[in-house]
Order: sequence, then C-alpha cells, then structure tokens
Amino acid sequence: MTKQAFLDELRKGLAGLPQEDIEERITFYGEIIDDSIEEGLSEEEAVARCGSVEEIVSQTLADIPLTKLVKEKVKPNRALKAWEIVLIILGFPVWFPLLIAAVSVIFAFYITFWSLIITLWAAELAIAVGALALIAAAALFTVQGHAPTGLAALGAGLLAAGLSVFLFFGCRAATKGILLLTKKVALGVKSLFIKKEDRDA
Amino acid sequence: MDVQLKRGLLDVCVLAAIKNEDSYGYRIIKDMKPYLELSESTLYTVLKRLETAGMLTVRTAEHNGRLRKYYHITDAGRQRIEVFKSEWKEIISIYRFVTKEDEDDKTSIS
Repeated sequence: MTKQAFLDELRKGLAGLPQEDIEERITFYGEIIDDSIEEGLSEEEAVARCGSVEEIVSQTLADIPLTKLVKEKVKPNRALKAWEIVLIILGFPVWFPLLIAAVSVIFAFYITFWSLIITLWAAELAIAVGALALIAAAALFTVQGHAPTGLAALGAGLLAAGLSVFLFFGCRAATKGILLLTKKVALGVKSLFIKKEDRDA
Repeated sequence: MDVQLKRGLLDVCVLAAIKNEDSYGYRIIKDMKPYLELSESTLYTVLKRLETAGMLTVRTAEHNGRLRKYYHITDAGRQRIEVFKSEWKEIISIYRFVTKEDEDDKTSIS
C-alpha cells in the first residue's frame, strides 16, 4: 500500500470523529512513514510498519472520551438557518426525551455493571461475616453448656468460612470479567459514531 | 505484564528517549527498539498522555522540506523520571528478597 492510500484509508476509518483528532493522527503517521522512507525503507515497508488501519481506529476510539464523541456528533458543521432553529425549538418535546433516554440507557448500563460487582462482593462479605459470627456463637453456646448446638454452629461457621474463601476468588475473577465487558461495551457504543458516518457517505 | 505497570513503564521510557535531546516519533521508536518493542499507535497514545499531563511539549520544525513534530521534556517530565528511579530502587530490593527465597528453597531441597 502507498502512503497516500494508507492515509486515505485511515481518514475514512476515522470519519465521524472530531476533525482535530483525525488531522493529528494523519500528520503523526504521515511523518513516521516519511522518516522510515528517509532511513532507507521502501514505501510499502514503511506503511506496513504502522500496523493495520483497524488497529489504529480501535486504539483511537479507546483514547477519545465518549462525551467528546457525542459533542462532535451534535455540533452542526455549518451555521443553522432560521427555519432549522425554529424546528429545533418546536421539536424540543421530541428530541429532548430521546436524548434523556439515550443518556439514561448508557447510565443504566454502568449502574447495572457496578451493581453486579457490588452485589457479588456484598454476598461474599455477608458469608465471611456470617462465618465469624457462627464461630463466635459456637464458643458462646459451648460456654453456656449447649455443647451439641455449639458444635453444629462451629461446623456451619467453618463451612461458611471455607465458602467465603472459595467465593473470594470467584468474585475477583467475575469483577475482572465485568470490567473487561464494560470496556468492550464502551468501545461498541463509540464505534457506532464511526459506522453511521460511513453509511451516510 | 500488569497493564498499569506497563503503562507507567512506557511513559518513563518515552520520557527517557527525549531526556537529553528533543526527539521525533520515528527516532523515539528506533532508540527504544533494543530495549522495548513499541508500536506506532502505542507511541501516539503515550505521547498524547504525556502532553496532557504536562510532561512534554510539542513543537513543529521543518525538516527536508516537510514538517516534523519534536517532543521536548518539561521539568515535570524530568521529575517523573526521578520518581521512577527512586521507586525502582525499592522494587529491586524487593526483587532481591523474592529471589533470595528461591535460592534458599533450592539449597534446602538439595
């Protein structure tokens, strides 16, 4: 691939993102390709070193915050005509609830993920505390002369303690998994901003 | 390697690459190559992060009839390297402690 073809493809891949972010990356990769060629690499090799366009696009999406993407999408690329402003004001009852809904959905995603994590750890904590309480109760029962009840409580306490240790590792793995999932969802939401532009074009 | 650790190491490596003299994208990658393989897209992210954090500044200068961006380390950037050095001393002593245990194990087995 030639330098120009690579940069064109990159520009297409990044279409829909804030203009400054696109230009900065185009300049950056263009400069690196030029420098590689100057050091004796062929144009083909110099382009190949930069990696695939898809890689750069997904890295870029991960770097740019979602709020910036939304702002870019909402910002009109020319001055609004009078009738458009009137339409926006009249359309307020329609677009405002839609906007609130979109924000709520994203917010709900985060809340759901975090609730899951909190729930897992709350359950883990409850079992651990339960284990301690049962073992303490076992000692109390034994002192008061209810040895069989104490023994039963001790057994239950040790069982809960074992379970809490076991669950700790489960919770940790689940938390990591959920966090990874939120990252993927965020990337998915962000990539909507790019695909839409492609279809428009 | 742990993601957070790797991110920190990359930051310091790039700062070290521009420590003595302003440098540019291609040369930073080339200078780091014997020590650490760094992809172009990763370098971009690191440079951006360091610029936002005020650890380096960017200037554009002409080179062979085209423009090239040069990265210049700031005092905050130099300070980051110093922090890294002092942290690393601690880590090395921890490493010695950890590997010493290994050797003790070996001698106790044999």
